Amino acid sequence: MFKAESWSDQKIETIIGNLLRVGVSISAVVVAFGGFLFLMRHGKTLPDYYTFQGEPAALRGFHGIVDNAIALQGRGMIQLGLLILIATPVVRVIFSIWAFAVERDRMYVGFTIIVLAVLLYSLFGAGAAL
Amino acid sequence: MRCAGPMPDLLILASLGFSLWTSSSLFPDFRVHGLVLVQNFSTLLWHTSIGYPPMNVLEFTGLVFIGSFVAGLLGALTGLGGGVVLVPLLALFFKVDIRYAIGASLVSVIATSSGAAAAYVKEGFSNIRIGMFLEIATTIGALFGAYIAGAVPTTAIAIVFGAMLMYSAYLSRRPRTAKERNVPQDALATRLKMNGNFPEGDGLRHYNVKNVPTGFGLMFGAGTLSGLLGIGSGAVKVLAMDQAMKIPFKVSTTTSNFMIGVTAAASAGVYLARGYIDPGLTMPVMLGVLGGSLLGARILMEAETKWLRILFSIVIAVLGIEMLYKGIIGGI
Repeated sequence: MFKAESWSDQKIETIIGNLLRVGVSISAVVVAFGGFLFLMRHGKTLPDYYTFQGEPAALRGFHGIVDNAIALQGRGMIQLGLLILIATPVVRVIFSIWAFAVERDRMYVGFTIIVLAVLLYSLFGAGAAL
Repeated sequence: MRCAGPMPDLLILASLGFSLWTSSSLFPDFRVHGLVLVQNFSTLLWHTSIGYPPMNVLEFTGLVFIGSFVAGLLGALTGLGGGVVLVPLLALFFKVDIRYAIGASLVSVIATSSGAAAAYVKEGFSNIRIGMFLEIATTIGALFGAYIAGAVPTTAIAIVFGAMLMYSAYLSRRPRTAKERNVPQDALATRLKMNGNFPEGDGLRHYNVKNVPTGFGLMFGAGTLSGLLGIGSGAVKVLAMDQAMKIPFKVSTTTSNFMIGVTAAASAGVYLARGYIDPGLTMPVMLGVLGGSLLGARILMEAETKWLRILFSIVIAVLGIEMLYKGIIGGI
């Protein structure tokens, strides 16, 4: 019984691991492309990271970032890549819910839903709470 | 689905290489600056440290990429994680505001955790039930930490960071725990189906887990540190699992790596909404750390990392002292 259980866990983990890697790869390509656009336009300017101003509102939220990326703005494109990166662990958690459900493990479906709720709150609720 | 071990790994490296190649061929300025960067590297380092003459974005990006690459490489080779030196590197050396530094570091932590996941998974050591249960604590902690980060002065963050660095340096010098441990079955851990097996030799070795509430509490602390400082806090996670819950070391480290990405994602949303994640800065940090850590994982050879571990832990301790000092005198 132990062996069967660990085998299916192993299979699930392998799928999850590959899922994460594909997510990171896509993210890296989008970030690199955005970085290329950004450096092409702003490479000669002086960096301004020394004092904190916070990002403009358009680069803080989902809609603004997507609009910026579609307009081929370098900074928006990088943010989109970073959003994809942040989404990879979230997708992993969603996939885990399904995997535990297949194993009919209600307890762990419950635990995983709690983790997902915290993640979704951070991504979608945090802006409103600030 | 057991295939594709090193394949996506190569995919990431190829995408990094492709981006560099396109940058240098389609954009001659980059190549010129790249050459200048290599030739005058020491001069640039000197200029960076004294802050004059000011660098342009291209030079800054190149230097940050190199620094992050080295941090990722050393982090992977020593197993201490590169994230912990990123914030001091950016804040102390590049004089970046610590909030931007924390934002860039946190995002990079997700990249290394997710990027390394497939390699760890293949070995069959990580325990997804332990990881998922404890992630309830780390994600709530991370959210809490991210809120604190916005409420306390940056000098306080620097002081906590300094203390954390010195603690990490201390932990890395401690001997690892004994391999064999006979842990009796624990009622709560059994109820939570945490006891598991891992491959050893030809077969599987069984292990039991204990002290779940203590581990859960420590994980809340690890999550808070992660959200406050923008680090993976893998050292604290491993401590909670290996020392408190008596989970075998190898299972602890691989499960910890799995948890780091989810934990960091929980505070990343808050950081993004608050404007801590600057694309221009995060881009070279994330790509550099990712490339460095993947390369490090490839060339990893146990025997040769001993002196590297010692060296890296000294670097971490020195950075810790400087962070503490800067935090106390208010220079950050």
